[in-house]
Amino acid sequence: MSTYYASLLAESGILLLGALSVYIILATGQLSLGNGAFMGIGAYLSSWLTVTMNVPLTLALVISAIFAGVIGAIVAFPALRLKGIYLAMATVGFGEMVRSFFLNFDTMGGAGGFRGMQHVGVGTIWLWAGGILIAVMLLERSRVWLEMQAVHDDETAAGLIGLNTVVTKISAFAAGAAVAAISGGLFAHHNVYIEPANFGFERSVEFVLAVILGGSTVAPGSLVGSLLLIFLPEFLRPIADWRLAAFGSLLVLVLLVRRQGILDRNLLRMMTFRRAAA
Amino acid sequence: MSQPLLKLTGVTKTFGGIHALSNMVCEVPEGQIIGVIGPNGAGKTTLFNTITGAYRADAGQVTLKGVDVTQWPSYRIVREGIARTFQNIRLFSSMTVWEHLLVAQPHGEAAWRRLLPIAWANPAAQARATEVMEFFGLTAFRDRPAKSLPYGIQRKVEMARAVTAKPKLLLLDEPVAGMNHDEAEEIRSLMLRLRDTGLSILLIEHDMNFVMRLCDYLYVLDFGVLIAEGKPDDVRANPVVLDAYLGKDD
Repeated sequence: MSTYYASLLAESGILLLGALSVYIILATGQLSLGNGAFMGIGAYLSSWLTVTMNVPLTLALVISAIFAGVIGAIVAFPALRLKGIYLAMATVGFGEMVRSFFLNFDTMGGAGGFRGMQHVGVGTIWLWAGGILIAVMLLERSRVWLEMQAVHDDETAAGLIGLNTVVTKISAFAAGAAVAAISGGLFAHHNVYIEPANFGFERSVEFVLAVILGGSTVAPGSLVGSLLLIFLPEFLRPIADWRLAAFGSLLVLVLLVRRQGILDRNLLRMMTFRRAAA
Repeated sequence: MSQPLLKLTGVTKTFGGIHALSNMVCEVPEGQIIGVIGPNGAGKTTLFNTITGAYRADAGQVTLKGVDVTQWPSYRIVREGIARTFQNIRLFSSMTVWEHLLVAQPHGEAAWRRLLPIAWANPAAQARATEVMEFFGLTAFRDRPAKSLPYGIQRKVEMARAVTAKPKLLLLDEPVAGMNHDEAEEIRSLMLRLRDTGLSILLIEHDMNFVMRLCDYLYVLDFGVLIAEGKPDDVRANPVVLDAYLGKDD
């Protein structure tokens, strides 16, 4: 495999984790436009752990995930009172808060960024990305996921069939934040250099885009979205300057034709259990 | 007399000066079907919302088997044993019938069971869902999205979802609204069979005929005030009730 494709694959693995972090939160009906911040927290914390404290990468990732999860749960509390576009706005604000914190955090380089991490390859990245994708796909068949869907569909009715909607929503935020932090830790150790600008609003939007493009109702949708988002602009290189415009048009087209994204439950069922479904 | 399953004393709910419910008193004994009737806007649905914690009562007490649940959040009241349906059906739009029955199960499971795929970790939940599905005759619709089903079936799915949680008391908000005679009869026989399993039912209904033939005892509301109560035949003969429904003869 050429280094060129290896780096694209690595990028899509990192994006897949970011997309899944949005997907988990979105499954409860909450749109987060601030997951780039959780990614940043994971990137900075894990880098500090491996570089300064000599902690092995795996442990550093786990610690970062737990830490970001706690932050996620704290953020989710005030967010409980907000719905839809207001919640999305609040998460944008949170994202900017975290970005400017790292901008002024001179201990880890501030605006100048932070370096010195050990490089990890595409294999390690996909081990994590694939593992977490499978974990989410298993979770999708669980009782907890049904509860999340219930909160997504009708929060009042969910409460009135005995679901603790507050716990469900906060847990989803915490889990999403943890996954985003792992994405950030792998990003930091793949690029061996991080700066606050890596984890801004654009990053958060990229995560959401991957989910919406690939399919926001099934976990493999995030996989499809991440691969498309990274590889499609590269394949469009022959049309040179027009490639981003073409890419944007394709995006709009997909969303016009398939609002639920490319993959959904029906399409997955047709691909996996063709006979059983008939 | 033994303790009633549900008991309301002096329950009051106001919305900015309007008394949606004033000093409501009622009881649901175990194993009976109790009806709440009254004209539009009489406060019947407010009563349900207050019992289930969707609204907070401004005054008074709701007790379930002697436990005061008045200020509890909805989900705890449900877990204590009160399940309900809605006047305007509220099913989950992304779920199949089967999933509705799985998600509404009793809520005491260990965390690991809830996090693993239901097919591996939770045979008890599947058995319960199957049992309820068969009871309500929904087996043919198992994997259909619930919202895509005919209206009458959706009502049954909603009832089934409520029953799955093994409640002690079932609140039904106009379960036969918009149904034809045959469909209503089917719901009636389902309710009788549910009562025979030991479930108590509190029912809101407009259709007087339906209520009269089904309920053991009736409460009549008008403008948030309890104006009459009694056995169906007594209520039918009560002039106050006739006035409320048909208007006063001056």
